[in-house]
Amino acid sequence: MSLLNVSDLHASVVTDDGAQPILKGLTLEVKPGEVHAIMGPNGSGKSTLANVLSGRPGYTVNSGTATLDGQGLLELEPFERAQLGLFLAFQYPVEIPGVSNMEFLKASIDSLARARGEEQPNTATFMKQVRELAGSLDLDPAFLKRGVNEGFSGGEKKRNEIMQLLLLQPKLALLDETDSGLDIDALKVVAEGVNRYRSAENGVVLITHYQRLLDYIVPDFVHVLSHGKIIESGDKTLALELEAKGYAWLT
Amino acid sequence: MSNSSVDDLVEAGSEYHAGFVTDVESETLPPGLDESVVRYISAQKKEPDWLTEWRLKAFAQWQEMREPKWAHVHYPPINFQDISYYSAPKSQTDGPRSLDEVDPELLRTYEKLGIPLHEQAALAGVVPDPAAIGSPAGANVAVDVVFDSVSIATTFKETLAEAGVIFCPISEAVHSHPELVQKYLGSVIPQRDNYYAALNSAVFSDGSFVYIPKGVRCPMELSTYFRINERNTGQFERTLIIADEGSHVSYLEGCTAPMRDENQLHAAVVELVAMGDAQIKYSTVQNWYPGDENGKGGIYNFVTKRGLCAGPRAKISWTQVETGSAITWKYPSVVLRGDDSVGEFYSVALTNNRQQADTGTKMIHMGKNTKSTIVSKGISAGGSENCYRGLVRISPTAHNARNFTQCDSLLIGDRCGAHTFPYIENKNNSATIEHEASTSKVSDDQLFACQQRGIETEQAVSMIVNGFCKEVFRELPMEFAVEAGKLLEVSLEGAVG
Repeated sequence: MSLLNVSDLHASVVTDDGAQPILKGLTLEVKPGEVHAIMGPNGSGKSTLANVLSGRPGYTVNSGTATLDGQGLLELEPFERAQLGLFLAFQYPVEIPGVSNMEFLKASIDSLARARGEEQPNTATFMKQVRELAGSLDLDPAFLKRGVNEGFSGGEKKRNEIMQLLLLQPKLALLDETDSGLDIDALKVVAEGVNRYRSAENGVVLITHYQRLLDYIVPDFVHVLSHGKIIESGDKTLALELEAKGYAWLT
Repeated sequence: MSNSSVDDLVEAGSEYHAGFVTDVESETLPPGLDESVVRYISAQKKEPDWLTEWRLKAFAQWQEMREPKWAHVHYPPINFQDISYYSAPKSQTDGPRSLDEVDPELLRTYEKLGIPLHEQAALAGVVPDPAAIGSPAGANVAVDVVFDSVSIATTFKETLAEAGVIFCPISEAVHSHPELVQKYLGSVIPQRDNYYAALNSAVFSDGSFVYIPKGVRCPMELSTYFRINERNTGQFERTLIIADEGSHVSYLEGCTAPMRDENQLHAAVVELVAMGDAQIKYSTVQNWYPGDENGKGGIYNFVTKRGLCAGPRAKISWTQVETGSAITWKYPSVVLRGDDSVGEFYSVALTNNRQQADTGTKMIHMGKNTKSTIVSKGISAGGSENCYRGLVRISPTAHNARNFTQCDSLLIGDRCGAHTFPYIENKNNSATIEHEASTSKVSDDQLFACQQRGIETEQAVSMIVNGFCKEVFRELPMEFAVEAGKLLEVSLEGAVG
């Protein structure tokens, strides 16, 4: 049984000049335990895929289906998709001034627990767990009291996303260019976090422009996205080939 | 594909939980205003001649004045002859001598509103569901309750008396402490200060009176709870707080009214006097009925509040959370006369649907080394209009005066408006004046970031708005801060979601 199943997905981005088709028949299957890397030139539709699957406003699905664990995603509200176990690590994490990280995380974990009919975690235990996680990702525990991403450096913001991934333990993680703008040390911390998250039950879709992240997170499959379609799939060696030759030979 | 962007979500329909009517028999004066009404009110309260004369003088002045038109609010002309200027529950005509004598129907009203009038109970406030109130044990609050035109109960009077604190209805203080009332009434806000202050001076019905003696730290929070119940009735309460040298007091004010289709007028006056080294902290949670989503009904809240730092090192701090009223016109101010005195204004004003707010403060620096801080947070949702209007005046005598102003506006949706009108008048070149302003939106990105972590839309908005208000909520007494957060949530219901 597949974890994520995207079939012949066509979607447009809504702009002032009307709808621009971006995804033009994308098909992708992720089974539990797998890591898929999606690569491709700028404008090929990588981020659109992440946004459409997670339900970000501003996109229209024209046709096709997407399911998580057999449940249709596309007609659900964004929070319902999250409650089903879909997680998006943002390319540009947004600041929410005045809402402390700890408060935000508690609201999130409580909502997820409620949706699953589970008990909300005890606050003290929860805070301890979060502080430990933060420490393991080289994040100063003081940052938990600060507003969500408020005044964080680019690296801190990305590590914060990874901390949320580890805390919330979703079924499927979509990482949208999480490696962009990171120095090598931060990149290693992020990759380590993703590797810690990997398990036989969950899946990862890694959207990246560069091969270097794949030195640290070894994918099971590599797909090349071009003009809204997957035009080439292979194993990790495909990424190396792309690194050497660029995308032009494929498109 | 079903997406919820802010634009899609802004729609009307917030619920007002305090909108019920209490069925008590009332003595209500027929609508209309002339000298005889002023005399009637004064006679009803068995007032001394000086006060009757004081009212009549105010009435004469009011008749010569015109309604202010400079505020950024729009409403049809008010016919002051259509309003009843006095209403009292019949059962209270003789005034209860103790809580046991208060009409049980009234007690039930306050119970419904979550305001316990039992002295063992802990907290006064505006959250309608008593179960929702998170009150820390032992945080006792003395409450004065004003129902339409009269004060119906004051709790903890004896405990306060032991500390020498006077806390009673102003109508009672006129008789029990005439010298204090006569000396200070109108001393900060003169009768002819403005149109609504003059009207209030003529027809004020009741309100609270507080006197804290020299060096006394008031042993508990004091609170007044205002409720308008009668139809077509205006509420004109008058509050006077005097903190003598070196004393401290924290005072809370809450308000609600039933849902009615007509607009009702509330024109209160609050005067604070802080002597040398005294501190007054005045907190308001204003939740008057805001009208329905189409702007029908609601309270016109035209209020004058001002404090005087009369002596050196005095401090007056206003904190307000304004979520109710169809129209709010209110500028709690501080006159910094004493050297080294301090004035503060922390405000959250939230408007939704068709509400209009024009609110802010005036900081009048007269003494040396006086310091003022203004933090204003305006939140506009639906089709509402929200204005900050503030004046910082540094007089020639105010050497080394300092002011810091921060005005932030938050917009929810794209049909509302936020406006900032800061006025700065500096007549002393040793002054330091800082002004910061920002306008932001609850962005689709922020909402989506919350939703992507499983947080439902309404909770996400409420969390973002609460975060925006954090600096002000920090200034509220703890019990009130919890309520203020919940109140914002209730007021935003339907703004998004």
